[in-house]
Amino acid sequence: MTSRQFSKLATRVGFWCLVAVVVVISVFPFYYAVITSFKPSSELFRVELWPSQADLSNYIQVFSQSSFIKAIFNSVLIATSVVFIALLFGITASYALGRVRFRGRSTVLLVILGVSMFPQVAVLSGLFEVIRGLNLYNNPLGLILSYTIFTLPFTVWVLTTFMKQLPMELEEAAIMDGATPWVTITRVFLPLMWPAMATTGLLAFIAAWNEFLFALTFTLTDDQRTVPVAIALLSGGSAYELPWGPIMAASVIVTVPLVVLVIIFQRRIVSGLTAGAVKG
Amino acid sequence: MTSTVNDSAPTGARSPARQYRSTKVRRQRVRAAWTFLAPMLVVLALVAGWPLVRTFYFSFTDASLSDTAGAVFIGLENYLVYDSGQWYGVLADPVWWGSVWNTAYFAVVSVSLEVVFGVIVALILNAEFKGRTLVRAAVLIPWAIPTIVSAQMWAWMLNDQFGIINELLMALGIISSPIAWTADASYSMWAVIMVDVWKTTPFVALLALAALQMLPKDCYEAAEVDGIHPVRVFFKVTLPLITPALMVAVIFRLLDALRVFDVIYVLTSNSTSTMSMSIYARQQLVEFQDVGYGSAASTLLFLIIALATIAYLYLGRNRLQLGGE
Repeated sequence: MTSRQFSKLATRVGFWCLVAVVVVISVFPFYYAVITSFKPSSELFRVELWPSQADLSNYIQVFSQSSFIKAIFNSVLIATSVVFIALLFGITASYALGRVRFRGRSTVLLVILGVSMFPQVAVLSGLFEVIRGLNLYNNPLGLILSYTIFTLPFTVWVLTTFMKQLPMELEEAAIMDGATPWVTITRVFLPLMWPAMATTGLLAFIAAWNEFLFALTFTLTDDQRTVPVAIALLSGGSAYELPWGPIMAASVIVTVPLVVLVIIFQRRIVSGLTAGAVKG
Repeated sequence: MTSTVNDSAPTGARSPARQYRSTKVRRQRVRAAWTFLAPMLVVLALVAGWPLVRTFYFSFTDASLSDTAGAVFIGLENYLVYDSGQWYGVLADPVWWGSVWNTAYFAVVSVSLEVVFGVIVALILNAEFKGRTLVRAAVLIPWAIPTIVSAQMWAWMLNDQFGIINELLMALGIISSPIAWTADASYSMWAVIMVDVWKTTPFVALLALAALQMLPKDCYEAAEVDGIHPVRVFFKVTLPLITPALMVAVIFRLLDALRVFDVIYVLTSNSTSTMSMSIYARQQLVEFQDVGYGSAASTLLFLIIALATIAYLYLGRNRLQLGGE
C-alpha cells in the first residue's frame, strides 16, 4: 500500500468515526430515555445499554394520572390555536409587509424584529396583570394569548420573506381583474403559500408545545398545566427520590410526535429556519 | 376581464385616466395594508408593548403579586437605596451580580462551543456520503426535543448515584468516585452548558450548512488543482465566506442565551451557583411575590439585551437588511 492510498484510507476511516460520534451523541440521550422508560422500578438503577425487557408499568402509571392526560389535551389545544392565530394574522400582515410599499413599513418591521428579541421575563409582571385583568389566569386562553408574543413576530417575518419571492406578475393580473387585496390573498397567494405556511406553522407549533416560563407562571392547578410544566413538576410519593421511570415515560410520550414530525418534515424545517435567520 | 388587460397593456404612455386608476389602486392597497396589519399590531401591543411599559412602571413601585393595582411609587428604591449605613436594591444585591456573571459566562461559553461544533457538523453534512439524510435527521433530534425534556433526560444521565455518565467515566477510570454533576457548584454550570450545547448545536449547524451550500464551487476546484491542504482551504476560504452567516447565528443564539430560563430551572432549580438573570427575576416576582423588585431586575435584563442588540446592530450595520431590500 502506497502512502497516498494509506492517507486516503485514514481520512475515510476518520470521517466515518466522526459521523459515528456525532450520531451517537445526538441520539443516545433519547435512546437511553426510551430504554429507561421500559424498565420496572426495581431495575431502574441498574445501568445497561440494551433493553432487557419491555415493562409498561411506567406508561400505565403516567396515563393513570388524569392530570397528565389533561396536560396533553391542554398542550394540543394551546399549540394548535396558537398556530391558527399566528398563520391567520401572519399571512395578512406578511401580504401588507411583503407586497405593498407604504410609509412606516420599515418601522413596523423593526418593531416586529424588536419584539422577537424580547426577553420573556421582561414582560412577565405586566403580562401577568393583563392576563389577570382579562380573567384568563390559570386558563389555557391566557397562554394562547401570551404565546403570540413569540410566534407572531417569527411567523410574520418568515412569511414576509417568502411572500417577497413570489413574482409580481401574479398580483398585477389580479389587480387588473379588479380583485380586492383580500381576494388577492385568499385566491392568489394562499394556494402558493401553503408550503411556507406549513413550515412556519410547524415551527410555531414546536415553539408553543415547548414553552415553559409562561406556562409555569400563568397556571396554578394541575388541570390547567401544559406538558412541559407537568413533566418538570412530576414528583413521586416520596419527597427524596424523583420518579425517574414515569418521568422518562412521560418525556418519551411528548417527544415521539415531535421527533416523527421533524424527521418527516426535515427539509421544510431547514428551509424555514434558514429563511427566518439568514435572510433576517 | 381580459379586455382590461388588453386595452391598457400596449399603449405604453400613461393616459390621465390610467394614472388616476393606478393611484386609486395604490391608495386602496395602502389602506388594505394597514387594515391587515391592525390585528397583529393590536395583539402585539396587548401582549408585548403594554406589559413592557407596565413592567417599567412596576419597577419604580412597591407592587406585590397579590395587589398590583394598589402599587405606590417609591422612586429608585428597588434599584438602589441607602438606608442607615447599608445599600439595598437589585444593584446592591450580590446574588443579582452573581446571576449577571453566570448568564454572561453561560452565554459566551455555550455559544462559542455551539459555533465550533455546529461548523464541524455542518462540514460533515456538506460532504457527500451514503446515508447523509439519515445523519441529518439524527442531528435534528436534539433540536426537536423540548428543552424541559432534554433537561430531564440529562438530569437522569447525570444522576450522581445511578447515572450512566458517572458509571461510564468510572468504568473508563477517568474518575474514581461519582460526581454530583447538578448539585456540586463547581460542576453544575458545566452540566447546564453541556445540555444547552447538545440541544442547540443542530440549529447553528443548519445555518452554517445553508451558508456552506451557497459557496461557489470553482475556488475549491482551483485549490485542489494547486494541491493546497484542505485544512488550509477551510481557514483561508471557507471560514471567511461563511462568517456573515455565522454572525447571524451567533446573535440569535446570544439573545437566546442571555434570557435562558428553563434548562437551568429544571437542572439545578434556584441554586445560586447557576442562577441566571431570568431565574433571579422570576424568583423575586413569583416566589417572593415582590413584583416591584422583580420588575426592576427584569427591566435591567431588558436593558442589557437592548444594549447588546444595539451594539451589534451598530457594529454590523451592513449585515442586517430589513426584509431584504
